[in-house]
Amino acid sequence: MANSTTEKTRPVEPPKAEAQPVTTMSVMAPAIAWLIPGAGHLIQKRWGRGILLMVSIFAMFLLGLALQGRIYKPNGGDILDILGFVGDIGAGGLYIVTRAMDWGQGAIAHATADYGTKYLIVAGLLNFIAVADAYHIAIGKKP
Amino acid sequence: MTIQLTHFSAAVLFALFASIVFGITQRSETREMVRYGLYCFAMFVGGVIVAGWAMWILRR
Repeated sequence: MANSTTEKTRPVEPPKAEAQPVTTMSVMAPAIAWLIPGAGHLIQKRWGRGILLMVSIFAMFLLGLALQGRIYKPNGGDILDILGFVGDIGAGGLYIVTRAMDWGQGAIAHATADYGTKYLIVAGLLNFIAVADAYHIAIGKKP
Repeated sequence: MTIQLTHFSAAVLFALFASIVFGITQRSETREMVRYGLYCFAMFVGGVIVAGWAMWILRR
């Protein structure tokens, strides 16, 4: 009886998560995946997936620019501008090149230009997912 | 270079690219990736068509 009471009052320890070993690939793959969309999969020899991700994210970002979408800057001030910047920065190298070349500054001249802005943001957000996927492959969580 | 797309073609291209990324990243097996990608594409495009009809009905 006493034992069962003791067992009931003993705090239940949460199961410890297995620590993933930090390998060079588990650091490099997400970093490269962020900088060049799809490259995180390519360096792990997932050729088909890497090329499809690269084509999709590059195409979405470039279509966004071609549709005269707007690139957000970090000092937006407005909360929606900050969220837009968080989305845009996900595209990594594409965002850096776009800012360096001063693209994505066009004033919205027609209705579908707003689609361009959304394309740019979503391309960055999709790349965040691709970065996480590259990391999961690197640590062996996904084949 | 600038291009102009119709609302529908912009939505379909958006659905295509997003579905490819979702399919690859959210499933582990190749067959499952294709199936989930197609499912996402159908949901995106279906949602556009349903929303379009809903707006048409609301406008009348």
